[in-house]
Amino acid sequence: MRWVNRHPKKGERILLGALPVAVLLIAYLIVAAQRHADNPMDKILPLPGQMMQAMSALMFQADQLTGQVTFWADTVASLYRLGLGLGIATLTALVVSLVLGVLPPVRATFGPLVTGIAVIPPIALLPILFIALGLGETAKIALIAIGVAPVMIRDIAAYIAALPAEQVIKAQTLGASSWQIMIRVALPQAMPRLIHAVRLALGPAWVFLISAEAIAADVGLGYRIFLVRRYLSMDVILPYVAWIALLAIVMDWALALTSRKAFPWAEGQGR
Amino acid sequence: MSAAPILSLQNVWVEYGDKIVLEKVDLDIQPGSFVSIVGPSGAGKSSLLRVILGQERPTRGVIELDGQPLAPECGPDRGVVFQRYSVFPHLSALGNVVFGLECEQAPLTARLFGSARKAAREQAEAMLVAVGLADSMHQYPAQLSGGMQQRLAIAQALIKRPRILLLDEPFGALDPGIRADMHALIQQLWSDYALTIIMVTHDIREAFTLGTRVLALDKRRHDPHAPHRFGATAVYDLTLNKKSNPEEPEKPAVLEIAKTQENA
Repeated sequence: MRWVNRHPKKGERILLGALPVAVLLIAYLIVAAQRHADNPMDKILPLPGQMMQAMSALMFQADQLTGQVTFWADTVASLYRLGLGLGIATLTALVVSLVLGVLPPVRATFGPLVTGIAVIPPIALLPILFIALGLGETAKIALIAIGVAPVMIRDIAAYIAALPAEQVIKAQTLGASSWQIMIRVALPQAMPRLIHAVRLALGPAWVFLISAEAIAADVGLGYRIFLVRRYLSMDVILPYVAWIALLAIVMDWALALTSRKAFPWAEGQGR
Repeated sequence: MSAAPILSLQNVWVEYGDKIVLEKVDLDIQPGSFVSIVGPSGAGKSSLLRVILGQERPTRGVIELDGQPLAPECGPDRGVVFQRYSVFPHLSALGNVVFGLECEQAPLTARLFGSARKAAREQAEAMLVAVGLADSMHQYPAQLSGGMQQRLAIAQALIKRPRILLLDEPFGALDPGIRADMHALIQQLWSDYALTIIMVTHDIREAFTLGTRVLALDKRRHDPHAPHRFGATAVYDLTLNKKSNPEEPEKPAVLEIAKTQENA
């Protein structure tokens, strides 16, 4: 049988998907064990026991200086920044791209500006943000929002502008005004695409979050990783990275589920 | 033909740059007529429909609806059914039909509540029953077959009681059996609602079966060195004498005319 026709069943798919992960984990354990056999003090590839020990201190014991449990304080601070930054970006993207996508004069006026802003590397704006907004939460949230919003705006505005012209004509023959076309024809059809855009923006948003935290912060997942790097604390860095990956996967999965449940009409359209 | 025309085109030209698509189209359309427009590809059938619809502005000439010059914009006085994309994929069948009523009655929210919502839904449900979609009211367009989607598009247009219904190859994508059903449906609606219909089609048989008047668009003159120099206009304008129920009586004769048309 040709390989293009071999479709694994559901059970087989889970098994196959788990295989590379298991291989990587086992390979890590073998290499780590070898290194520890050579040098019991090795810090580069910590064994699971060492990671658990290091993490339990961060997860279950309050820090003497701040009185907070470090791991959870980091998580809450990072998720707060990420959520607010993404939320602002999403809302802005929705409103701006609706106006840009539906109204040709607005698109002619502001389209080039949005394109221009979108090509600026957001990290290059970080010094400006720190200077203008200070080193507090505002600058970090602003970096995430400014970093992901222009790309989302371009994507969704282009998507709305590419809706079949027949739909806009039809809506007009049904008596719809520009405003009504925006809120009843373009907005609902843009929603699945918006959620898709947020899913894609999650990656860059994490990058901007970790960058901002690495440069100026006193709490946060990115701050912690860059702090303990000085002590070669791989036993903290690796679990933190795994935790960030897990959070990102859960967010992505939740968004995909929301899209499926909330917009049943978009199923099977490839949109 | 003495009654005042519902739609009147006077010396209408459509040009795209150097390319002349339609030239000197003069046309009076009587209320209650079913006008079929046929012609080869590129003869400006769809362009003519678009200027009547208001989607495009004619380069020259005047279009009057009920004696008033037409605004160069689509409006609820002219309904339309396209070959595809005529219904909103994110609304159920019922939602698609109610949409026209919501836009009219709720300018700001485009949504109705309470008794107004109930009345609009009842009106839309009656319309859906009339086009044979009584069992599919709560389904999304993606769940409907091509023929059912066109039925929905017709119901959606008719709820606004347009002065003229424009059909742009509405049955072109349907298979022959479904197409025959749709012909019966549109005939029924045409006589029940006393509609004025303009239909563009590439199917000559369909044009003669349904229409009370058949317009053939083509170029009168052709310059092989400058194919876009001359535009198309109505080269044949045939009025068919039909009763309101055109099922059987004159089909053979009608098809005879169609043959000469094809040879011409």
